[in-house]
Amino acid sequence: MLGIKGKDLSVFLLVAMLALLAPFLLNPFPVDSAMAQFNAGYPDLMQRFVIFGIFAIGFNILFGLTGYLSFGHAAFLGVGSYAAIWMMKLVSLNIIPGIIMAIIFAALFSVVVGYISLRRSGIYFSILTLAFAQMSYALAYSVLTPITGGETGLQIKPGDDPLLSNLAEGEIGRANLFGLEMGDSAILRAGGWEFTMNVGYYVCALVMLVAFYLAIRIFRSPFGMMLRAVKSNQQRMNYTGLNSRPYTLAAFVISGMYAGLAGGLMVAMDTQVGPERMFWTASGEVVLMTILGGAGTLIGPVLGAGFIKYMENIVSKINSTVLHEWFAFLPDGMEDFLVTIFYPFVGKGWHLTLGLMFMAVVIFLPGGLVEGGQRIASIFRRGKKSGAGDESAKQETPAE
Amino acid sequence: MDQFIVQVLNGLDKGSAYALIALGLTLIFGTLGVVNFAHGALFMLGAFCAVIFSRLISLSHEIVDETRTDFLGNPMTVDVPYMHDIFGPELGASIIDWAVPLAILFSIPVMIGVGFAMERGLIKHFYKRPHADQILVTFGLAIVLQEIIKAFFGANPIQTPAPEAFTGSFDFGVWLGYDPLTIMYPYWRLVYFFFAAVVIGAVFAFLQFTTFGMVVRAGMADRETVGLLGIDIDKRFTLMFAMAACVAGLAGVMYAPIVAPNYHMGMDFLVLSFVVVVVGGMGSLPGAVFAGFLLGILESFASMPAVVDLLPGINQIVIYLVAIIILLTRPRGLMGRKGVMEE
Amino acid sequence: MSKYNVTRRGVLRTGAGAAAGLTLPTYLRAAAHSGFTNAPTGDTVTLGFNVPQSGPYADEGADELRAYQLAVEHLNGEGDGGMLQTFSSQALEGTGILGKKVEYVTGDTQTKSDAARASARSMIEKDGAVMITGGSSSGVAVAVQALCQEAGVIFMAGLTHSNDTTGKDRKANGFRHFFNSYMSGAALAPILVDQYGADRKAYHLTADYNWGYTTEEAMASSTEALGWETVNSVKTPLTQTDFSSYIAPVLNSGADILVLNHYGGNMVNSLTNAVQFGLREAQANGKQFEIVVPLYSELMARGAGQNIAGILGSQNWDWKLENQLGERYKGTNAFVKSFGEKYGFPPSQAAHTCYVQTLLYADAVTRAGSFEPCAVVEALEGFEFDGLGNGPTLYRAEDHQCFKDVVVVRGKENPENEFDLVEIVEVTPTEQVTYAPDHPQFSGGALGSCNNGA
Repeated sequence: MLGIKGKDLSVFLLVAMLALLAPFLLNPFPVDSAMAQFNAGYPDLMQRFVIFGIFAIGFNILFGLTGYLSFGHAAFLGVGSYAAIWMMKLVSLNIIPGIIMAIIFAALFSVVVGYISLRRSGIYFSILTLAFAQMSYALAYSVLTPITGGETGLQIKPGDDPLLSNLAEGEIGRANLFGLEMGDSAILRAGGWEFTMNVGYYVCALVMLVAFYLAIRIFRSPFGMMLRAVKSNQQRMNYTGLNSRPYTLAAFVISGMYAGLAGGLMVAMDTQVGPERMFWTASGEVVLMTILGGAGTLIGPVLGAGFIKYMENIVSKINSTVLHEWFAFLPDGMEDFLVTIFYPFVGKGWHLTLGLMFMAVVIFLPGGLVEGGQRIASIFRRGKKSGAGDESAKQETPAE
Repeated sequence: MDQFIVQVLNGLDKGSAYALIALGLTLIFGTLGVVNFAHGALFMLGAFCAVIFSRLISLSHEIVDETRTDFLGNPMTVDVPYMHDIFGPELGASIIDWAVPLAILFSIPVMIGVGFAMERGLIKHFYKRPHADQILVTFGLAIVLQEIIKAFFGANPIQTPAPEAFTGSFDFGVWLGYDPLTIMYPYWRLVYFFFAAVVIGAVFAFLQFTTFGMVVRAGMADRETVGLLGIDIDKRFTLMFAMAACVAGLAGVMYAPIVAPNYHMGMDFLVLSFVVVVVGGMGSLPGAVFAGFLLGILESFASMPAVVDLLPGINQIVIYLVAIIILLTRPRGLMGRKGVMEE
Repeated sequence: MSKYNVTRRGVLRTGAGAAAGLTLPTYLRAAAHSGFTNAPTGDTVTLGFNVPQSGPYADEGADELRAYQLAVEHLNGEGDGGMLQTFSSQALEGTGILGKKVEYVTGDTQTKSDAARASARSMIEKDGAVMITGGSSSGVAVAVQALCQEAGVIFMAGLTHSNDTTGKDRKANGFRHFFNSYMSGAALAPILVDQYGADRKAYHLTADYNWGYTTEEAMASSTEALGWETVNSVKTPLTQTDFSSYIAPVLNSGADILVLNHYGGNMVNSLTNAVQFGLREAQANGKQFEIVVPLYSELMARGAGQNIAGILGSQNWDWKLENQLGERYKGTNAFVKSFGEKYGFPPSQAAHTCYVQTLLYADAVTRAGSFEPCAVVEALEGFEFDGLGNGPTLYRAEDHQCFKDVVVVRGKENPENEFDLVEIVEVTPTEQVTYAPDHPQFSGGALGSCNNGA
């Protein structure tokens, strides 16, 4: 089906199911239960899962296939975002032109950066990309303020009157897709549960599925094979008379376009851009997402993106009051004791939990979260012979 | 000309810090092949050694002073350091005043211990893992170390002043025949520069003139062959890691009076020190030191008002711009070796 | 049902779900003006406290959060009531807001506008917050304010000092109690001239981003109006930690005043460097060299330690105001007392502005008789009040900025403890810091109309 088959098809169908049912799957707890804190099925976070998923999928095309570790990919996301918001401010509030421009600008910028950076490999390449991204960040924050809005960034303002949209005087434009506003939601209530199906989220999810499909095609194409050859032994490839540079540059630009697409979607969902989107920590975040999920695997980067965004948005909101509510059923002394134990790891301590999780995953699951999934699956599949399952899972990962 | 000298001087102390951090980083890179994203955190821990040590020696007990009141109108409690009790108020006060230099003695065992624990407990298991895994685990460790410091010391910078004797500035201008006040340079920065020079010299001497150093240098050049010769390189690498941690820690301790330590100062330096190492060339110790000073001085030049007026924003990007130019003209940085970290 | 702690959504559920178990989906259009976003329907109301909990301003955020928790206690009638007794509007009775118990959710802005908006959106979309407040930088304030305008909730800004927040980026749903760059300049200039003389040459070091620009502009224009000359102004990168290369040329430039348009870690480091380079002891043009820091904060003062001794700056509020300047700043002591008794140290100005903003919102809702954002906006616009620690204050209708006295402070030479680092020099009265809504430094913005959301 669709030119993909076997395992790839089942992975794709799985991702499609997960994406379409996300509003239900991510809200497993009734809204007034104590566990509702862990519900992630609200529009903003679902959109972020998907958008960062796209970003990570694109990054993985470069890093997972060619082994080139870019430390400046956030710059393409940022450039895409700026392009998209200017389109919305000037041309149309429809998100399509914005997203297209985001991809085009990110592609142009990544051609320049890629052409220069790919002259070097290994850590030298990483530092070159990092340098470009840091320069973009520093300039966007300061001297480019007239274009980028500087620290306060760009938003759609009451005075903005895009060419193709009819806005009433003083009305603030909203991002839409042929009249369908991104902020619109349908809310389904069933028993104690509440599910929000948001227009913006489904737009993102569909785009993500297309992006994911294209990534599978790239992974399985002769082009993808060529990129893998670059990773395993570039020198040998060069000796056979093949020039690998056009292939790596193509991979770089494709992943830059994915980043631009993610940037454009971010603006479409939440009409605001700030320069810290391009800071090196943002570039580092997508690297971490990819490695955490499982570099070189198809679904790994998406899992990694979801994991980090979940920690950032859910764990950081658990404060001491919430903890007290959870443990309220315990005797007072016990309650205070447990709150004291948990408190350093949640709320303002969410970074600590994140750091510990990074270490735990890389120590216990060398192939990232994907390997965790494989181990669980192999336990189910082989029953008692789970030890053997681990072995094969380990061997499979590098080949993916 | 005088402004030129001023900026060279400013570049020197900035460069000292870059060089010290990059030195440790490249040691770990070059010998162990590990991308250590926790190296900035080690620098930060060093700075906090100074904070912790000065807190330790100014540990106090409270006495209630009935003559004064606090902001709610209750009698005020006044802290009296134990040092005053033990050594008398005067000697006690000067010991507290000299907290930062004394903290060097405190930080060496602490940082060696930290480095040892890190290598044995964690890094050791990652020698054969891909660089990506090393990045993830050391980045995770850096976050954990940061958050622990934040939990105890908060996010606000903590002033750790230099001893009274080193406050104020030295008038270089008079010395060179300029008018007074043209070229001022704080004493502590002078101390920092000489301290850095001594540490860098010691590391080089150690690697140059000891058998241990010879093995390590051989290991940096060709790890496999050294292993084949039957030398237990891993054991030496533990020591090497502890030494690199110690250099980063020392850089941090002495830096505390220049920039007040806070929990994220390590991350601020991390990216820059990576740039320094790579510009210097992978696997080259002199390269790292040279690049550290070069970038420090260039950064200072770029911040001169005349330069910024000419090229707005150049002070924001100069380091990265120079890094790009150098890497494009010299494929392996200034003094890099072929084949190190190019995969 | 009465046995349970009923939340807003719980009631929605019971109301909707009891009849059928599974109801048809409700389609919500973001722009449709039926009711308003997150209208509280149960017997509780949720406020969103969005403060930096990680990153360089985490300590400031922690202090803001303390103030919010205190405000919630007081609104719900717990504790000693704090400023509720001194507040000139006596609408609040300590029975929650409009009889609804106040609950709150917290989030981490990380001092990044993306993270701040993500956190605010989760409060609006998931937790049903009807008002968002907090923040410790102007970038975040502007970003979250725009979001709240779009979503149709009220935004009560925390610590944000840039002119833009109520200038070119002002929004109808957003309100700022804190003062701004212009006010700092206008308040400081006369006192600087008074202290250091009218014949002075100033050198500006400015953080290279929006807040830095507005502060430099305000300081330069108001000091130049009184006779000072601006010799040079140099932009410094936000990420700079060592300012030596910017400080070193200052003494040679012919200037005799250094103005540090820096905040937070930048300010701590640049000031420390300036003192290291001996600028405090230097003589220039036959006068004592002086340093000025337009925006002071207690936490920065603590970070800068003894380096701030003798340095002038401005503040929104100080906990010693009522003790030293009397009855006009009524409310200060009541707040300091309840904060100090709960936490053991005096509150910062960030804590004060956040506490006051929460009270002002609750009061506006009570007076309006509704949580509807447009009704709240109407109640706050042009509202004159007193007894919240700053003396008589006006929430101006044209730009949603508070106008009140500005405190000019100086770093103490011999502080008695780490909370008593500044002394009050003078208070500049409101009239001197008031400007026209279309003042050039604030131009280019429009409030638009209030938004009730869906």
